[in-house]
Amino acid sequence: MALSNVVETPASGFNFENVSRNVALEGLLEGGHTKAPKPMKTGTTIAGIVCKDGVVLGADTRATSGEVVADKMCAKIHYISPNMYCCGAGTAADTEKTTDLLSSNLTIFSMNSGRNPRVVMAVNILQDMLFRYRGQIGASLILGGVDCTGNHLYTVGPYGSIDNVPYLAMGSGDLAALGILEDRFKPNMELEEAKQLVRDAIHSGIMSDLGSGNNIDICVITKQGVDYIRPYQESEYKDKRQRRYKYRPGTTSILTEKIVPLELEVVQETVQRMDTA
Amino acid sequence: MNTRGLRSQLKDSVPVTGMGPQVGAYGVQDTLRSGFSSVKNELLPSHALELSEKNFQLNQDKINFSNLRNIQGLHAPLKLQMEYRAARQIQRLPFLQSSHLALDTLKGNDESISFEDILNDPAQSEMMGEPHVMVEYKLGMM
Repeated sequence: MALSNVVETPASGFNFENVSRNVALEGLLEGGHTKAPKPMKTGTTIAGIVCKDGVVLGADTRATSGEVVADKMCAKIHYISPNMYCCGAGTAADTEKTTDLLSSNLTIFSMNSGRNPRVVMAVNILQDMLFRYRGQIGASLILGGVDCTGNHLYTVGPYGSIDNVPYLAMGSGDLAALGILEDRFKPNMELEEAKQLVRDAIHSGIMSDLGSGNNIDICVITKQGVDYIRPYQESEYKDKRQRRYKYRPGTTSILTEKIVPLELEVVQETVQRMDTA
Repeated sequence: MNTRGLRSQLKDSVPVTGMGPQVGAYGVQDTLRSGFSSVKNELLPSHALELSEKNFQLNQDKINFSNLRNIQGLHAPLKLQMEYRAARQIQRLPFLQSSHLALDTLKGNDESISFEDILNDPAQSEMMGEPHVMVEYKLGMM
């Protein structure tokens, strides 16, 4: 049905029509006892280090929504390109969509130019995208990859700030993880030692921070390829059911039984033909 | 690059148009089409990003053309803008979906994906305008 108050086609991209309505709704809800649902955050510990042969990234797997654990097996290490992976902390949807867009753009680029994308390219694209939205997209990302210029590890903040460092931790558990990393990091570590260090860093984040928990995922990126180990270590505190909670038939005894037959008589009969042609 | 060239932006800056009253044909509030006016709604945008997103493409083009003019001289932005103007005219009538293929290729939008391609795709829009109304609006007859 054509509307006569629409004079131009609507612009694509973000639509801000509902913002004033949402602000008004927020005001109404505060008066009552209900609150608007909070978006799902990843409330995370993510860490990465550069070692001799490549880059090791690690993350926990808990996603929280307010005070409730929304996802116990959330995947926080996102694929960007065959030689780059990205850990995301912040609002779960924002990190997913941003890394997806980045991955698509880099795929188009590598198809056009026939080259594997470099890590600096990905970091610059992310920086442009996040700065344009002035931090409204809540995504703190750790980008790690191996390209022709070497092994790189970058962090991109939600407002578009970047940092290039040999070891990093982000998320709500970053202080705990950074403590471990600061203590035991050495340049040019061996692969197994690096995996153990990242695992310990994420573990301390899980133990000390409420927003991180459950399993630990590790992603190892080297020149030869990528090893995405999910889960690297399962949580020791998994709940196990003590017994079966289904009731056997006959658990509840029947005391009395009364049968009343319903007598129906046909009042009207209509036949409708189905068109099966 | 989106964030470079701020110095040239200062020199030839785009004046920020506010949310402004929706003026109709006679210079007053067009109540029939845009409803009753309210000063509060029109002075401030309701979201921090609303204004900057509305003018984003304009500002980007302004920065890029300024840079190009400073580097290569006046001919470069002139030629480009002439091509953009020509490509912008290759489209269907306003109420139909046009692909903007030539314009997208010139601007380089065919090699990147951003939120403009995913969210609020005009091809999936649930509202359709009256054809006569839209053509008259485009031609400036209303």
